[in-house]
Amino acid sequence: MQQLADKLIQHCALLQGLPHELTYLLVEIVFGSLMLMLFVAPFAGIISWVERRVAARMMDRIGPNRVGPQGFLQWLADGVKSLLKEDIVPSSADSFLFRLAPYLVFAGMFMAFVSIPFTSRVIIADLNVGIFYIIAVTSLVVIGILMSGWASNNKFSLLGGMRSAAQIISYEIPAGLAILVVVLMSGSLSLQEIIKAQGAHPWNWFIFDNPFSFCSFFILFISSLAEGNRTPFDIPEAESELVSGYSTEYSGMRFVFFYFEEWANLYLIAAVGVTLFFGGWQIPPSVREWAVGVHFVLPHILEFATFFIKAMSLVFVIIWIRWTLPRLRVDQLMAMCWQYLIPLGFVMVLGTATWIVLFPQGVPLVRYVLFSGTLGLFGYFFYRVVFHLRYTKAELQFNPFV
Amino acid sequence: MLKDLVFLGTAVFTIASAATVAFSRNILYSGFALLGTFAGAAVFFILLSSDFVAVTQVLIYVGGVLILVLFAIMLTSKIGDMNITNRSINYKIAIPLLLLFLGMLTQLMSGGSWDFGEEKFQSMVVPIGNGLLTEYLLPFEVISIALLGALVGAVVIVRREIK
Repeated sequence: MQQLADKLIQHCALLQGLPHELTYLLVEIVFGSLMLMLFVAPFAGIISWVERRVAARMMDRIGPNRVGPQGFLQWLADGVKSLLKEDIVPSSADSFLFRLAPYLVFAGMFMAFVSIPFTSRVIIADLNVGIFYIIAVTSLVVIGILMSGWASNNKFSLLGGMRSAAQIISYEIPAGLAILVVVLMSGSLSLQEIIKAQGAHPWNWFIFDNPFSFCSFFILFISSLAEGNRTPFDIPEAESELVSGYSTEYSGMRFVFFYFEEWANLYLIAAVGVTLFFGGWQIPPSVREWAVGVHFVLPHILEFATFFIKAMSLVFVIIWIRWTLPRLRVDQLMAMCWQYLIPLGFVMVLGTATWIVLFPQGVPLVRYVLFSGTLGLFGYFFYRVVFHLRYTKAELQFNPFV
Repeated sequence: MLKDLVFLGTAVFTIASAATVAFSRNILYSGFALLGTFAGAAVFFILLSSDFVAVTQVLIYVGGVLILVLFAIMLTSKIGDMNITNRSINYKIAIPLLLLFLGMLTQLMSGGSWDFGEEKFQSMVVPIGNGLLTEYLLPFEVISIALLGALVGAVVIVRREIK
């Protein structure tokens, strides 16, 4: 973004009069709000529709299909409806904290988007401490959730808030260990540098680099699910026990802020996973050269498409898991984190460090074996799916728009 | 210019939240106001061009310490009925201590030069990493052993005796 700001200063006479820092600030604010309006908000909205449709297909229902083609505009209708609702603050709630909490939750999530890359050049701020910064600012979400739980003056809310905070700070440890594995391999905390340390081809991604990083991805993925309060780790809002957890007393737009955070967080989980383990926006150099020859914007479109498709595949897996697995109990959740994931995370960090010392150049054979093994598993999975669909009507199962 | 404005704004914000921490009647409000103090300190670190320390500040203090403080407050039963004791201030001890502290601060402030000039922002990640693993390796290891000891100690204290 700094190059862009420098160019703007060169070409625009009006900006030359201003101090440079102010221009940088303005450019950052403008692009930050543009990204919020043009990417994060529509994404969170559309993914809510996608999730409801996918959930419906998995339960043999149809899902929202009335507003717009196939119900695609449902998210706009929901948003407008929530905006028009009466703004209710319970009379016995702490009204200041009650109003403040949704903004903290929202700000914590949105601040993390600042250092999420989209292409090799499009990123709001390529921070030197990128991934570290993302872990740090998302802890603001926990404060917001605790605040909402306490300010609602409701037992369900308080229990939900406490459960959520306990869960998020516990699962930050395995997530941090898994991220440390990638930092060891790339030697940088900046997200762009981490992507540049990987290659475009799957066997050059960090996930297939060695057996330890392969396991680390799953540790990170499970911990991210828990940090995002997604099923099977959604005990903070377990509706069979806690009504709706920390958001029980909220209604209207404040309620939407919590769910906005949850759905935008889906992209955050997926984008961090893709950046760290799946090569980010990397496209093969030959394709890139061809694209640069056609038009200078084309490589960026290809890079964005690569990143987005990878991220959306992960988002789909997250939704899939949500509607497949039952919820864990509190003690099982904590046992999983402290007894299994954290020791495993330490083993992965030590193992990767040893691997890097023993094979500084990496072992191509291991990469190919891990990649083809994963491919084989996927192949077997699809074979089983087709096998089970022998006697069903395939067009009914595979057409998402029945 | 802009940097000075940011500094002044952050300073006012940090001191205001610190005052809320100290003087609020509601202990939970004090806890939440601590968030502003920690965030303000993080901004100061950024202004001093140490990005790594700033993010560590947010991660450790906001993400760890503050949440544990809030947890402790919320898990304490009948915390609302407690008498908040900070209304009584012991002037006889407090004022000499305050004067001593102010004297030390003025001594420190009048000492060195406060003009840092127009230095460019430099990332501190690599220097800190290199320093920890070369020059300061021994203190780093000693601190990690001390922390491990604290961790094991906490587990021993909390653990229920099985007979």
